[in-house]
Amino acid sequence: MRIKLEPRVAASKWMSYGSPAIAAVLTIFFGAILFASLGRDPVQGLYIFFIEPLTGLYELGELGLKATPLAIIAIGLAVGFRANVWNIGAEGQLVMGAICGGGVALAFHGQGGWWVLPLMIIAGAAGGMAWGAIPALLRTRFNANEILVSLMLTYAAVQILGWLVHGPWINPEGQNFPETRTFEEWALLPELIEGTRLNVSAIFALVVVFAGWIFMTRSFAGFKVNVVGQALDAAKYAGFSQNKVVWVSFLIGGGAAGLAGLIEVTGPIDQLNATFAPGYGFAAIIVAFLGRLHPVGILFASLLMALTFLGGESLQINMNMPKAVTGVFQGMLLFFVLATDVLIRYRIRVVSRTPAATGEAG
Amino acid sequence: MSEAEIINLIVLTFKSAVPLIFAALGELVVEKSGVLNLGVEGMMLIGAVAGFIGAVTTGSIFVGMLMAMAAAVLVSLIFAVLTLSLLANQVATGLALTIFGIGLSAFIGKPFLGNTIEGLQPWAIPLLSDIPILGPLLFNHDPMLYLAVAAFFGVSWFLYRSRGGLILRSIGESHEAAHALGYPVIRIRYLAVMFGAAMGGLGGAYLSLVLTPQWQEDMTAQRGWIALALVVFATWRPSRVMIGAWLFGALTIVNFYAQSQGVSFSSHLLATLPYFATIIVLVLISWDAAKIRLHAPAALGKPFHASD
Repeated sequence: MRIKLEPRVAASKWMSYGSPAIAAVLTIFFGAILFASLGRDPVQGLYIFFIEPLTGLYELGELGLKATPLAIIAIGLAVGFRANVWNIGAEGQLVMGAICGGGVALAFHGQGGWWVLPLMIIAGAAGGMAWGAIPALLRTRFNANEILVSLMLTYAAVQILGWLVHGPWINPEGQNFPETRTFEEWALLPELIEGTRLNVSAIFALVVVFAGWIFMTRSFAGFKVNVVGQALDAAKYAGFSQNKVVWVSFLIGGGAAGLAGLIEVTGPIDQLNATFAPGYGFAAIIVAFLGRLHPVGILFASLLMALTFLGGESLQINMNMPKAVTGVFQGMLLFFVLATDVLIRYRIRVVSRTPAATGEAG
Repeated sequence: MSEAEIINLIVLTFKSAVPLIFAALGELVVEKSGVLNLGVEGMMLIGAVAGFIGAVTTGSIFVGMLMAMAAAVLVSLIFAVLTLSLLANQVATGLALTIFGIGLSAFIGKPFLGNTIEGLQPWAIPLLSDIPILGPLLFNHDPMLYLAVAAFFGVSWFLYRSRGGLILRSIGESHEAAHALGYPVIRIRYLAVMFGAAMGGLGGAYLSLVLTPQWQEDMTAQRGWIALALVVFATWRPSRVMIGAWLFGALTIVNFYAQSQGVSFSSHLLATLPYFATIIVLVLISWDAAKIRLHAPAALGKPFHASD
């Protein structure tokens, strides 16, 4: 007896909605096993990880606050992933966006006005785009692998941030901590719901999701991206330029990540510091796949992913478990999403070891 | 700089190249079979933490090395099942392996933070290590460093001088043709992934058992990714992997040395050097697209499903 994959004639519609749900259930199941193997009560562990962070208005605000950058970045990345363009460096583009946007706030220290914030938003998105343009240029001009280049640029960006906040941009009135001045009133995103830390960036996220939906499903450029990803030969025959798609993918992905970085530093953090980058650029890769590269799916996936961040913190506080449990859950979730993806295109059949003996033809 | 100092810097360069040699040679074999595993960083971290836990709990470095290999192979099987049996996307699954490896290693390593062990000691080869200059340079290293050099000869021999290597390379070039000839494509790819993982695990273990004998979260510091870049840099040839690994080792040591000499340049900006160097090298190597196409395994990253 062995397990065999049988290609479906057409991709299963039901499974393309069902597989992320199956993946989530499997993650919870294996999470329970993880807790039990550590000698902790699995029910209590799962409750504290998945439910506790949702009990209360403030907590729900935190969920939205974390889901916002994840959704924005993931929408940007999904454009590229649809075209098999692998921008793995969103974290670096996020840091660069924060540096450029935050730099505007610092430049107008003490002499700002209402116009500073819009300028910061533009600078943030542009900074992310510029950092994303480097791998696009090197890939299209010199054929350099975009995965490795975008990733190396991430670690370079983190070091550049470290240099800035230790050196030229360090808070002159501070205690020599690696951080800048705190941003002034006009450089901060306004609060959205009283009693929470949720700010107007949540509305940006919804706008980005909607724009992503229009781009991916209703625009000609989005159609080109899909064709390049799914049938490169057909795309070439139709005269769609692969290089253009690489550029579009990296500019959108970089711009979205830069915007998310700016949102992070003007919202909950209100300054630049050496360690603000929370790994959203990497987590957003999982969000994009968990959402099956579809904007609506990504919106839900970003909420679930935000929950894994909050759940990790909640476990640390309530059960004294290492925060790294978040990464374990995120990795498991992505594994199961990728594994259950096979159900969309294939049927799983258990067949006997000798097909001939059963008289089965062909 | 005195002679002893120069020798010491070169020895340090050799040492810091060892994790890259193990990981990149392992990944080279994986990619030669047509599989792209981006999980090297994750497997190295798993190797580093498992090796350290093994060495702390049993008191034996050797047991630590075995545990590092076994643990890395175990997590790599997740990748293998997903990509080879369930036909999942190799890029995404490799990334998942790295994310999972970072999280899992931090998680299981938590209780061992701050523990120390006596690292692996150099193993002077009798007589040869007494030769002036060459002795300390080449014949007074720890056993894992010798093992890395042996791995280079082993991998080169296997790939280009053995029947198994020929089959593995043919699968990497065209899995359809190899399948039609009756070679078990999937089984050989499983073995290649497991070999790559064992090597990645050893590379990680070298960090936690020899270079800095302790466990720290994220202690690989992107060496897994540099190893992946080295394979491209080497245009899939083992001898160039060695050259690349030594170059990167030298770069790391120059950085350390500059800081220890109190160079006034920002340590953060110096730390960007290896990343920019990797990018520049990738650009120089990839410039000639035809050359990459000639040397890269033709079936690299493509899923295979036998339609029997």
